[in-house]
Amino acid sequence: MTEEISSVVEVDDQEYIINFGPQHPSTHGVLRFVVNLRGEVVKNLQPHIGYIHRGIEKMCEKLTYQQIIHLTDRMDYLSAHMNNEAVCLCVEKALDIEVPERVKYVRTILDELNRIASHQLWWCSFGMDMGGQTCYFYGLRDREKILDIFEETCGGRLLLSYNTPGGLMWDIHPNFQQRIKDFIKYFRKKLPEYDKILTGNVILQERTKGIGHLSLEDAISYGVTGPTARASGFSCDVRKNYPYSAYDKVDFKEILYTEGDTFHRYLARMEEMRESMKILEQLVDNIPAGDFTAKMKPVVKLPEGEYFQRVETSRGELGVYIISKGDKFPYRIKFRSPNFCNLATMNLMASGFKIADLIAISGSMDLVIPDIDR
Amino acid sequence: MKSIIEYISGIYRGLRSLLIGMSVTGKYFFSPRAIVTQQYPENRHGHGKRSKKQLVMFDRFKGEVVMPHDANNQHKCTGCGICEINCPNGTIEIISVSKVGEDGKKKRAIEKHIYRLGMCSFCALCVKTCPSKALEFSQEFEHAVFDRTKLVKVLNKPGSSLMKGVE
Repeated sequence: MTEEISSVVEVDDQEYIINFGPQHPSTHGVLRFVVNLRGEVVKNLQPHIGYIHRGIEKMCEKLTYQQIIHLTDRMDYLSAHMNNEAVCLCVEKALDIEVPERVKYVRTILDELNRIASHQLWWCSFGMDMGGQTCYFYGLRDREKILDIFEETCGGRLLLSYNTPGGLMWDIHPNFQQRIKDFIKYFRKKLPEYDKILTGNVILQERTKGIGHLSLEDAISYGVTGPTARASGFSCDVRKNYPYSAYDKVDFKEILYTEGDTFHRYLARMEEMRESMKILEQLVDNIPAGDFTAKMKPVVKLPEGEYFQRVETSRGELGVYIISKGDKFPYRIKFRSPNFCNLATMNLMASGFKIADLIAISGSMDLVIPDIDR
Repeated sequence: MKSIIEYISGIYRGLRSLLIGMSVTGKYFFSPRAIVTQQYPENRHGHGKRSKKQLVMFDRFKGEVVMPHDANNQHKCTGCGICEINCPNGTIEIISVSKVGEDGKKKRAIEKHIYRLGMCSFCALCVKTCPSKALEFSQEFEHAVFDRTKLVKVLNKPGSSLMKGVE
Protein backbone atom coordinates (compact mmCIF):
# COMPACT_ATOMS: atom_id res chain seq x y z
CA MET A 1 0.00 0.00 0.00
CA THR A 2 2.87 2.33 0.84
CA GLU A 3 4.30 1.81 -2.63
CA GLU A 4 0.95 2.49 -4.15
CA ILE A 5 0.69 5.82 -2.36
CA SER A 6 4.31 6.87 -2.75
CA SER A 7 4.04 6.44 -6.48
CA VAL A 8 1.41 9.16 -6.46
CA VAL A 9 2.62 11.40 -3.67
CA GLU A 10 6.17 12.28 -2.85
CA VAL A 11 6.93 11.11 0.65
CA ASP A 12 10.13 12.26 2.31
CA ASP A 13 11.64 10.65 5.36
CA GLN A 14 9.97 13.17 7.69
CA GLU A 15 6.49 12.07 6.67
CA TYR A 16 4.59 8.99 7.52
CA ILE A 17 1.37 7.52 6.26
CA ILE A 18 -1.52 6.36 8.41
CA ASN A 19 -4.82 4.77 7.59
CA PHE A 20 -7.77 6.69 8.92
CA GLY A 21 -10.63 4.24 8.81
CA PRO A 22 -12.32 2.22 7.35
CA GLN A 23 -13.54 1.33 10.83
CA HIS A 24 -12.98 4.67 12.49
CA PRO A 25 -16.11 5.85 14.31
CA SER A 26 -15.82 9.40 13.07
CA THR A 27 -15.81 8.42 9.39
CA HIS A 28 -19.51 7.52 9.80
CA GLY A 29 -19.28 4.37 7.79
CA VAL A 30 -16.66 2.48 5.91
CA LEU A 31 -14.55 5.22 4.40
CA ARG A 32 -10.78 5.06 4.44
CA PHE A 33 -8.55 8.09 4.32
CA VAL A 34 -4.89 7.48 3.60
CA VAL A 35 -3.30 10.43 5.35
CA ASN A 36 0.25 11.71 4.87
CA LEU A 37 1.34 13.23 8.13
CA ARG A 38 4.25 15.39 9.03
CA GLY A 39 4.18 15.34 12.77
CA GLU A 40 0.56 16.06 13.45
CA VAL A 41 -0.11 18.09 10.33
CA VAL A 42 -1.94 16.61 7.38
CA LYS A 43 0.14 16.98 4.23
CA ASN A 44 -1.94 14.95 1.85
CA LEU A 45 -5.11 12.96 2.08
CA GLN A 46 -6.56 10.40 -0.26
CA PRO A 47 -10.01 8.99 0.26
CA HIS A 48 -10.38 5.33 -0.64
CA ILE A 49 -13.93 4.35 -1.35
CA GLY A 50 -15.81 1.28 -2.43
CA TYR A 51 -16.09 -0.68 0.80
CA ILE A 52 -19.87 -0.65 0.64
CA HIS A 53 -20.30 -0.74 -3.12
CA ARG A 54 -23.37 -2.78 -3.93
CA GLY A 55 -23.70 -2.02 -7.60
CA ILE A 56 -27.05 -0.31 -7.27
CA GLU A 57 -26.80 1.28 -10.72
CA LYS A 58 -26.19 -2.09 -12.32
CA MET A 59 -28.92 -3.78 -10.29
CA CYS A 60 -31.38 -1.16 -11.50
CA GLU A 61 -30.91 -2.31 -15.10
CA LYS A 62 -32.79 -5.49 -14.29
CA LEU A 63 -35.58 -3.88 -12.29
CA THR A 64 -38.74 -2.10 -13.34
CA TYR A 65 -39.17 1.55 -12.49
CA GLN A 66 -41.37 0.76 -9.51
CA GLN A 67 -38.81 -1.67 -8.16
CA ILE A 68 -35.91 0.77 -8.50
CA ILE A 69 -37.44 2.98 -5.81
CA HIS A 70 -36.61 0.68 -2.93
CA LEU A 71 -32.95 0.55 -3.96
CA THR A 72 -32.60 4.32 -3.98
CA ASP A 73 -33.62 4.29 -0.33
CA ARG A 74 -30.40 2.51 0.37
CA MET A 75 -28.08 5.05 -1.21
CA ASP A 76 -28.45 8.11 0.96
CA TYR A 77 -30.48 6.49 3.67
CA LEU A 78 -30.81 9.66 5.69
CA SER A 79 -32.60 11.43 2.86
CA ALA A 80 -34.41 8.37 1.57
CA HIS A 81 -37.51 10.24 0.51
CA MET A 82 -35.62 12.70 -1.67
CA ASN A 83 -33.86 9.83 -3.42
CA ASN A 84 -37.20 8.15 -4.09
CA GLU A 85 -38.61 11.39 -5.36
CA ALA A 86 -35.72 11.98 -7.73
CA VAL A 87 -36.37 8.74 -9.61
CA CYS A 88 -40.12 9.29 -9.57
CA LEU A 89 -39.81 12.83 -10.92
CA CYS A 90 -37.48 11.61 -13.66
CA VAL A 91 -39.90 8.87 -14.73
CA GLU A 92 -42.84 11.28 -14.58
CA LYS A 93 -40.91 13.79 -16.66
CA ALA A 94 -40.16 11.12 -19.24
CA LEU A 95 -43.76 9.99 -19.44
CA ASP A 96 -45.00 13.58 -19.37
CA ILE A 97 -47.38 12.92 -16.50
CA GLU A 98 -48.78 15.67 -14.34
CA VAL A 99 -49.14 14.33 -10.81
CA PRO A 100 -52.01 15.60 -8.64
CA GLU A 101 -51.40 18.69 -6.49
CA ARG A 102 -51.90 16.63 -3.35
CA VAL A 103 -48.95 14.43 -4.26
CA LYS A 104 -46.73 17.45 -4.83
CA TYR A 105 -47.60 18.92 -1.45
CA VAL A 106 -47.15 15.68 0.46
CA ARG A 107 -43.84 15.03 -1.27
CA THR A 108 -42.56 18.48 -0.36
CA ILE A 109 -43.65 18.09 3.25
CA LEU A 110 -41.94 14.72 3.54
CA ASP A 111 -38.83 16.15 1.89
CA GLU A 112 -38.55 18.83 4.50
CA LEU A 113 -39.30 16.47 7.37
CA ASN A 114 -36.61 14.18 6.06
CA ARG A 115 -34.21 17.11 5.77
CA ILE A 116 -34.81 18.08 9.38
CA ALA A 117 -34.39 14.48 10.52
CA SER A 118 -31.17 14.18 8.57
CA HIS A 119 -29.77 17.42 9.94
CA GLN A 120 -30.73 16.38 13.46
CA LEU A 121 -28.77 13.17 13.10
CA TRP A 122 -25.89 15.10 11.58
CA TRP A 123 -26.00 17.57 14.47
CA CYS A 124 -25.83 14.88 17.11
CA SER A 125 -23.08 12.91 15.40
CA PHE A 126 -21.10 16.07 14.73
CA GLY A 127 -21.41 16.93 18.39
CA MET A 128 -20.13 13.51 19.27
CA ASP A 129 -17.20 13.88 16.88
CA MET A 130 -16.34 17.07 18.71
CA GLY A 131 -16.47 15.27 22.03
CA GLY A 132 -19.98 16.17 23.19
CA GLN A 133 -21.71 12.91 23.94
CA THR A 134 -24.83 14.66 25.26
CA CYS A 135 -25.76 16.00 21.84
CA TYR A 136 -26.35 12.54 20.55
CA PHE A 137 -29.22 11.84 22.89
CA TYR A 138 -30.89 15.20 22.38
CA GLY A 139 -30.72 14.95 18.63
CA LEU A 140 -32.08 11.43 18.52
CA ARG A 141 -34.84 12.30 20.97
CA ASP A 142 -36.22 14.94 18.62
CA ARG A 143 -35.61 12.85 15.51
CA GLU A 144 -37.83 10.17 17.00
CA LYS A 145 -40.82 12.50 16.63
CA ILE A 146 -40.24 12.73 12.89
CA LEU A 147 -39.68 9.01 12.59
CA ASP A 148 -43.06 8.50 14.22
CA ILE A 149 -44.67 10.64 11.53
CA PHE A 150 -42.93 8.58 8.87
CA GLU A 151 -43.88 5.32 10.51
CA GLU A 152 -47.52 6.25 10.76
CA THR A 153 -47.88 7.41 7.16
CA CYS A 154 -45.24 5.55 5.16
CA GLY A 155 -44.80 2.37 7.17
CA GLY A 156 -41.04 2.70 7.39
CA ARG A 157 -38.91 4.71 9.73
CA LEU A 158 -35.67 5.07 7.82
CA LEU A 159 -36.25 3.47 4.44
CA LEU A 160 -39.58 4.88 3.43
CA SER A 161 -40.29 3.59 -0.11
CA TYR A 162 -43.35 5.82 -0.05
CA ASN A 163 -43.05 7.24 -3.53
CA THR A 164 -43.95 5.42 -6.66
CA PRO A 165 -43.81 6.70 -10.23
CA GLY A 166 -47.00 8.72 -10.60
CA GLY A 167 -47.69 9.45 -6.98
CA LEU A 168 -47.60 7.87 -3.56
CA MET A 169 -48.00 4.30 -2.39
CA TRP A 170 -51.07 5.10 -0.30
CA ASP A 171 -52.80 8.16 1.06
CA ILE A 172 -51.51 10.07 4.07
CA HIS A 173 -52.67 9.02 7.51
CA PRO A 174 -55.47 11.11 9.07
CA ASN A 175 -53.12 12.12 11.91
CA PHE A 176 -50.42 13.29 9.52
CA GLN A 177 -51.13 17.02 9.63
CA GLN A 178 -51.77 17.18 13.37
CA ARG A 179 -48.53 15.35 14.12
CA ILE A 180 -46.53 17.75 11.97
CA LYS A 181 -48.10 20.75 13.71
CA ASP A 182 -47.27 19.20 17.07
CA PHE A 183 -43.74 18.54 15.93
CA ILE A 184 -43.16 22.09 14.73
CA LYS A 185 -44.47 23.45 18.02
CA TYR A 186 -42.24 21.04 19.91
CA PHE A 187 -39.13 21.55 17.83
CA ARG A 188 -39.36 25.36 17.90
CA LYS A 189 -38.89 25.03 21.64
CA LYS A 190 -36.09 22.50 21.41
CA LEU A 191 -33.96 24.07 18.69
CA PRO A 192 -32.65 26.86 20.99
CA GLU A 193 -31.37 24.07 23.24
CA TYR A 194 -29.17 22.88 20.38
CA ASP A 195 -27.64 26.33 20.20
CA LYS A 196 -27.14 26.46 23.94
CA ILE A 197 -25.48 23.06 24.12
CA LEU A 198 -23.28 23.13 21.05
CA THR A 199 -23.32 26.28 18.91
CA GLY A 200 -22.27 28.65 21.65
CA ASN A 201 -19.90 26.14 23.19
CA VAL A 202 -16.36 27.42 23.44
CA ILE A 203 -14.79 24.08 22.55
CA LEU A 204 -16.81 23.78 19.34
CA GLN A 205 -16.05 27.33 18.34
CA GLU A 206 -12.33 26.98 18.95
CA ARG A 207 -12.20 23.75 17.02
CA THR A 208 -14.24 24.84 14.00
CA LYS A 209 -13.72 28.55 13.38
CA GLY A 210 -11.26 29.10 10.57
CA ILE A 211 -10.72 25.37 10.08
CA GLY A 212 -11.07 23.65 6.73
CA HIS A 213 -11.64 26.65 4.53
CA LEU A 214 -13.28 26.01 1.16
CA SER A 215 -13.23 28.93 -1.23
CA LEU A 216 -16.07 29.78 -3.57
CA GLU A 217 -13.91 29.06 -6.63
CA ASP A 218 -13.00 25.61 -5.37
CA ALA A 219 -16.58 24.85 -4.40
CA ILE A 220 -17.76 25.62 -7.92
CA SER A 221 -14.93 23.88 -9.75
CA TYR A 222 -15.22 20.71 -7.67
CA GLY A 223 -18.99 20.59 -8.08
CA VAL A 224 -19.69 20.83 -4.37
CA THR A 225 -23.37 21.27 -3.56
CA GLY A 226 -25.66 21.44 -0.60
CA PRO A 227 -25.05 23.24 2.68
CA THR A 228 -21.32 22.60 2.26
CA ALA A 229 -21.23 24.78 -0.85
CA ARG A 230 -23.73 27.30 0.45
CA ALA A 231 -21.48 27.97 3.42
CA SER A 232 -18.88 29.06 0.86
CA GLY A 233 -21.31 31.40 -0.85
CA PHE A 234 -22.24 29.22 -3.82
CA SER A 235 -25.95 29.62 -4.48
CA CYS A 236 -26.79 26.09 -5.58
CA ASP A 237 -30.14 25.29 -3.99
CA VAL A 238 -32.12 23.29 -6.55
CA ARG A 239 -35.29 23.97 -4.58
CA LYS A 240 -34.82 27.68 -5.18
CA ASN A 241 -33.23 27.77 -8.61
CA TYR A 242 -35.09 24.96 -10.38
CA PRO A 243 -38.19 24.34 -8.27
CA TYR A 244 -39.81 20.92 -8.39
CA SER A 245 -42.88 19.53 -6.58
CA ALA A 246 -44.42 22.36 -4.54
CA TYR A 247 -41.29 24.40 -3.91
CA ASP A 248 -42.43 27.13 -6.29
CA LYS A 249 -45.39 27.80 -3.99
CA VAL A 250 -43.47 28.31 -0.78
CA ASP A 251 -41.44 31.20 0.47
CA PHE A 252 -38.11 30.36 2.02
CA LYS A 253 -34.63 31.74 2.24
CA GLU A 254 -31.55 30.15 0.79
CA ILE A 255 -28.95 30.03 3.54
CA LEU A 256 -25.75 31.58 2.26
CA TYR A 257 -22.53 32.33 4.08
CA THR A 258 -19.31 33.53 2.54
CA GLU A 259 -16.76 32.29 5.09
CA GLY A 260 -16.75 28.65 4.03
CA ASP A 261 -15.13 27.24 7.15
CA THR A 262 -16.29 24.36 9.31
CA PHE A 263 -18.22 26.58 11.68
CA HIS A 264 -20.23 28.13 8.88
CA ARG A 265 -21.03 24.76 7.38
CA TYR A 266 -22.36 23.96 10.82
CA LEU A 267 -24.39 27.18 10.92
CA ALA A 268 -25.75 26.60 7.41
CA ARG A 269 -27.26 23.29 8.47
CA MET A 270 -28.66 24.71 11.68
CA GLU A 271 -30.34 27.53 9.76
CA GLU A 272 -31.67 25.06 7.19
CA MET A 273 -33.60 23.31 9.91
CA ARG A 274 -35.34 26.61 10.70
CA GLU A 275 -36.08 27.26 7.04
CA SER A 276 -37.45 23.73 6.64
CA MET A 277 -39.84 24.37 9.50
CA LYS A 278 -41.02 27.54 7.76
CA ILE A 279 -41.75 25.55 4.62
CA LEU A 280 -43.62 22.95 6.64
CA GLU A 281 -45.75 25.62 8.30
CA GLN A 282 -46.74 27.03 4.93
CA LEU A 283 -47.71 23.69 3.47
CA VAL A 284 -49.17 21.61 6.26
CA ASP A 285 -52.56 23.31 6.36
CA ASN A 286 -52.94 23.64 2.63
CA ILE A 287 -52.71 20.05 1.40
CA PRO A 288 -55.30 20.01 -1.40
CA ALA A 289 -57.83 17.21 -1.63
CA GLY A 290 -57.58 14.79 -4.49
CA ASP A 291 -56.04 11.54 -5.58
CA PHE A 292 -52.81 10.31 -4.10
CA THR A 293 -51.62 8.96 -7.41
CA ALA A 294 -51.96 9.77 -11.07
CA LYS A 295 -53.42 7.15 -13.39
CA MET A 296 -50.59 4.86 -14.37
CA LYS A 297 -50.35 1.72 -16.43
CA PRO A 298 -49.33 -1.31 -14.41
CA VAL A 299 -46.20 -1.71 -16.55
CA VAL A 300 -44.33 1.55 -16.90
CA LYS A 301 -42.39 1.79 -20.16
CA LEU A 302 -40.36 4.89 -20.82
CA PRO A 303 -40.15 6.16 -24.39
CA GLU A 304 -36.73 5.91 -25.96
CA GLY A 305 -34.47 8.73 -24.94
CA GLU A 306 -32.40 10.22 -22.15
CA TYR A 307 -33.88 11.90 -19.12
CA PHE A 308 -32.39 13.86 -16.27
CA GLN A 309 -33.88 15.20 -13.09
CA ARG A 310 -32.26 16.65 -10.05
CA VAL A 311 -33.45 17.26 -6.54
CA GLU A 312 -31.95 18.80 -3.45
CA THR A 313 -31.25 16.19 -0.81
CA SER A 314 -30.09 17.14 2.64
CA ARG A 315 -26.46 16.91 1.46
CA GLY A 316 -26.67 18.50 -1.94
CA GLU A 317 -27.81 17.93 -5.44
CA LEU A 318 -28.83 14.45 -6.48
CA GLY A 319 -29.18 13.89 -10.20
CA VAL A 320 -30.87 10.91 -11.80
CA TYR A 321 -29.97 10.20 -15.40
CA ILE A 322 -31.95 7.51 -17.19
CA ILE A 323 -31.26 6.18 -20.67
CA SER A 324 -34.24 4.25 -21.95
CA LYS A 325 -34.50 2.03 -24.98
CA GLY A 326 -38.25 1.78 -24.68
CA ASP A 327 -38.24 -1.20 -22.31
CA LYS A 328 -39.76 -1.53 -18.89
CA PHE A 329 -36.21 -1.58 -17.52
CA PRO A 330 -33.80 1.35 -17.83
CA TYR A 331 -30.95 0.72 -20.27
CA ARG A 332 -28.64 2.64 -17.97
CA ILE A 333 -29.27 4.64 -14.84
CA LYS A 334 -26.76 6.97 -13.27
CA PHE A 335 -27.01 8.70 -9.96
CA ARG A 336 -25.04 11.87 -9.47
CA SER A 337 -24.66 11.67 -5.74
CA PRO A 338 -23.81 14.80 -3.77
CA ASN A 339 -21.49 13.11 -1.29
CA PHE A 340 -19.15 11.78 -3.94
CA CYS A 341 -18.43 15.24 -5.29
CA ASN A 342 -18.22 16.77 -1.82
CA LEU A 343 -15.71 14.14 -0.74
CA ALA A 344 -13.32 15.20 -3.49
CA THR A 345 -12.60 18.45 -1.66
CA MET A 346 -11.41 16.70 1.51
CA ASN A 347 -7.74 16.90 0.52
CA LEU A 348 -8.14 20.56 -0.30
CA MET A 349 -9.76 21.40 3.00
CA ALA A 350 -7.78 19.20 5.36
CA SER A 351 -4.26 19.84 4.02
CA GLY A 352 -2.30 21.99 6.40
CA PHE A 353 -4.52 21.29 9.37
CA LYS A 354 -3.98 18.88 12.22
CA ILE A 355 -5.38 15.39 12.25
CA ALA A 356 -7.89 16.31 14.94
CA ASP A 357 -9.23 18.99 12.60
CA LEU A 358 -9.71 16.35 9.93
CA ILE A 359 -12.44 14.84 12.08
CA ALA A 360 -14.12 18.22 12.45
CA ILE A 361 -13.94 18.81 8.70
CA SER A 362 -15.23 15.41 7.66
CA GLY A 363 -17.96 15.71 10.29
CA SER A 364 -19.07 19.06 8.92
CA MET A 365 -19.33 17.58 5.41
CA ASP A 366 -22.06 15.22 6.64
CA LEU A 367 -20.84 12.31 4.56
CA VAL A 368 -23.05 9.28 4.04
CA ILE A 369 -20.82 6.54 2.71
CA PRO A 370 -23.41 4.29 0.99
CA ASP A 371 -24.29 7.30 -1.14
CA ILE A 372 -20.66 7.65 -2.23
CA ASP A 373 -20.17 3.99 -3.09
CA ARG A 374 -23.71 3.18 -4.19
CA MET B 1 -1.70 44.25 29.58
CA LYS B 2 -4.18 44.01 26.74
CA SER B 3 -3.34 40.39 26.11
CA ILE B 4 -3.88 39.55 29.77
CA ILE B 5 -7.35 41.11 29.70
CA GLU B 6 -8.15 39.16 26.54
CA TYR B 7 -6.88 36.00 28.15
CA ILE B 8 -9.01 36.43 31.27
CA SER B 9 -12.10 37.50 29.36
CA GLY B 10 -11.58 34.46 27.09
CA ILE B 11 -11.62 32.19 30.11
CA TYR B 12 -14.72 33.93 31.40
CA ARG B 13 -16.54 33.60 28.06
CA GLY B 14 -15.54 29.96 27.76
CA LEU B 15 -16.78 29.12 31.22
CA ARG B 16 -20.00 31.00 30.58
CA SER B 17 -20.69 29.01 27.39
CA LEU B 18 -20.06 25.77 29.23
CA LEU B 19 -22.40 26.79 32.03
CA ILE B 20 -25.14 27.70 29.52
CA GLY B 21 -24.79 24.24 28.02
CA MET B 22 -24.82 22.61 31.42
CA SER B 23 -27.94 24.53 32.42
CA VAL B 24 -29.76 22.60 29.70
CA THR B 25 -28.38 19.23 30.69
CA GLY B 26 -28.90 20.05 34.37
CA LYS B 27 -32.53 20.87 33.69
CA TYR B 28 -33.07 17.39 32.28
CA PHE B 29 -30.98 15.78 34.99
CA PHE B 30 -33.32 17.08 37.69
CA SER B 31 -36.61 16.53 35.85
CA PRO B 32 -37.28 12.81 35.46
CA ARG B 33 -40.49 13.58 33.55
CA ALA B 34 -38.47 14.65 30.55
CA ILE B 35 -36.99 11.17 30.16
CA VAL B 36 -38.20 9.70 26.91
CA THR B 37 -36.41 6.37 27.08
CA GLN B 38 -38.64 3.35 26.63
CA GLN B 39 -37.47 0.33 28.54
CA TYR B 40 -36.91 -2.37 25.99
CA PRO B 41 -37.53 -5.34 26.12
CA GLU B 42 -39.33 -5.07 29.46
CA ASN B 43 -42.20 -2.88 28.29
CA ARG B 44 -42.61 -4.05 24.74
CA HIS B 45 -45.91 -5.79 25.29
CA GLY B 46 -47.10 -3.55 28.05
CA HIS B 47 -46.11 -5.74 30.98
CA GLY B 48 -43.70 -4.45 33.58
CA LYS B 49 -44.35 -1.69 36.04
CA ARG B 50 -44.65 1.22 33.67
CA SER B 51 -47.05 -0.37 31.25
CA LYS B 52 -48.26 3.05 30.12
CA LYS B 53 -45.24 3.31 27.86
CA GLN B 54 -45.81 0.09 26.05
CA LEU B 55 -44.31 -0.21 22.64
CA VAL B 56 -47.06 -0.20 20.05
CA MET B 57 -46.21 -0.04 16.39
CA PHE B 58 -48.39 1.92 13.99
CA ASP B 59 -50.91 0.09 11.82
CA ARG B 60 -48.99 0.72 8.64
CA PHE B 61 -45.65 -0.39 10.04
CA LYS B 62 -44.00 -2.79 7.63
CA GLY B 63 -43.05 -5.64 9.94
CA GLU B 64 -43.42 -8.74 7.80
CA VAL B 65 -45.75 -9.95 5.10
CA VAL B 66 -48.59 -12.15 6.31
CA MET B 67 -51.63 -13.70 4.69
CA PRO B 68 -54.70 -13.19 6.85
CA HIS B 69 -57.00 -16.19 7.27
CA ASP B 70 -60.57 -16.05 8.47
CA ALA B 71 -62.24 -18.30 11.04
CA ASN B 72 -62.88 -21.06 8.46
CA ASN B 73 -59.15 -21.18 7.62
CA GLN B 74 -59.74 -19.49 4.30
CA HIS B 75 -57.53 -16.93 2.58
CA LYS B 76 -57.88 -14.71 -0.45
CA CYS B 77 -54.83 -15.77 -2.47
CA THR B 78 -55.71 -17.08 -5.90
CA GLY B 79 -52.14 -17.90 -6.85
CA CYS B 80 -51.99 -15.43 -9.73
CA GLY B 81 -48.30 -14.73 -9.10
CA ILE B 82 -48.42 -10.95 -9.42
CA CYS B 83 -46.63 -10.52 -6.10
CA GLU B 84 -43.94 -12.91 -7.29
CA ILE B 85 -43.40 -10.87 -10.47
CA ASN B 86 -43.36 -7.56 -8.62
CA CYS B 87 -40.93 -8.60 -5.91
CA PRO B 88 -37.52 -7.10 -6.69
CA ASN B 89 -35.53 -9.65 -4.67
CA GLY B 90 -37.20 -12.95 -5.43
CA THR B 91 -38.53 -13.09 -1.89
CA ILE B 92 -41.84 -14.67 -2.83
CA GLU B 93 -42.26 -18.02 -4.52
CA ILE B 94 -45.65 -19.53 -5.27
CA ILE B 95 -46.07 -23.22 -5.81
CA SER B 96 -49.48 -23.74 -7.34
CA VAL B 97 -51.50 -26.77 -8.34
CA SER B 98 -54.51 -26.97 -10.58
CA LYS B 99 -57.57 -28.33 -8.84
CA VAL B 100 -60.89 -29.34 -10.30
CA GLY B 101 -63.55 -27.10 -8.84
CA GLU B 102 -67.17 -27.83 -8.02
CA ASP B 103 -68.32 -26.80 -11.48
CA GLY B 104 -65.90 -29.22 -13.12
CA LYS B 105 -63.51 -26.55 -14.37
CA LYS B 106 -59.82 -26.68 -13.67
CA LYS B 107 -58.74 -23.90 -11.33
CA ARG B 108 -55.37 -22.72 -10.16
CA ALA B 109 -54.84 -22.81 -6.42
CA ILE B 110 -51.82 -22.29 -4.23
CA GLU B 111 -50.14 -25.15 -2.55
CA LYS B 112 -47.47 -23.08 -0.90
CA HIS B 113 -46.93 -19.35 -0.74
CA ILE B 114 -43.29 -19.17 0.28
CA TYR B 115 -42.01 -15.93 1.79
CA ARG B 116 -38.31 -15.55 2.54
CA LEU B 117 -38.12 -12.97 5.28
CA GLY B 118 -34.33 -12.86 5.13
CA MET B 119 -34.44 -11.55 1.57
CA CYS B 120 -37.31 -9.12 1.98
CA SER B 121 -36.52 -5.43 1.69
CA PHE B 122 -40.00 -4.21 2.73
CA CYS B 123 -40.77 -2.22 -0.39
CA ALA B 124 -44.47 -3.14 -0.06
CA LEU B 125 -44.92 -3.77 -3.79
CA CYS B 126 -46.43 -7.22 -3.20
CA VAL B 127 -49.01 -5.88 -0.77
CA LYS B 128 -49.86 -2.94 -2.99
CA THR B 129 -50.18 -4.83 -6.25
CA CYS B 130 -52.11 -7.86 -4.97
CA PRO B 131 -55.41 -7.80 -6.92
CA SER B 132 -57.39 -9.69 -4.27
CA LYS B 133 -55.80 -7.99 -1.21
CA ALA B 134 -54.61 -11.33 0.09
CA LEU B 135 -51.39 -10.02 1.64
CA GLU B 136 -50.80 -7.45 4.31
CA PHE B 137 -48.12 -6.34 6.71
CA SER B 138 -48.09 -7.40 10.33
CA GLN B 139 -46.54 -5.21 13.00
CA GLU B 140 -44.20 -7.93 14.25
CA PHE B 141 -40.66 -6.58 14.28
CA GLU B 142 -38.62 -8.99 16.37
CA HIS B 143 -37.34 -11.20 13.60
CA ALA B 144 -34.17 -12.56 15.18
CA VAL B 145 -33.94 -16.36 15.07
CA PHE B 146 -31.12 -18.81 15.76
CA ASP B 147 -31.49 -20.71 12.50
CA ARG B 148 -31.87 -18.98 9.19
CA THR B 149 -34.07 -21.72 7.75
CA LYS B 150 -36.73 -20.36 10.10
CA LEU B 151 -36.80 -17.21 8.02
CA VAL B 152 -38.35 -19.12 5.12
CA LYS B 153 -42.05 -19.03 5.86
CA VAL B 154 -45.08 -20.56 4.25
CA LEU B 155 -47.79 -17.95 4.44
CA ASN B 156 -50.87 -20.07 3.76
CA LYS B 157 -51.80 -22.23 6.73
CA PRO B 158 -51.99 -26.00 6.25
CA GLY B 159 -55.38 -27.15 5.04
CA SER B 160 -56.46 -23.65 4.10
CA SER B 161 -58.57 -22.97 1.06
CA LEU B 162 -59.60 -20.05 -1.09
CA MET B 163 -62.31 -17.78 0.27
CA LYS B 164 -65.57 -17.91 -1.62
CA GLY B 165 -66.23 -15.06 -3.99
CA VAL B 166 -62.54 -14.30 -4.60
CA GLU B 167 -61.54 -14.82 -8.21
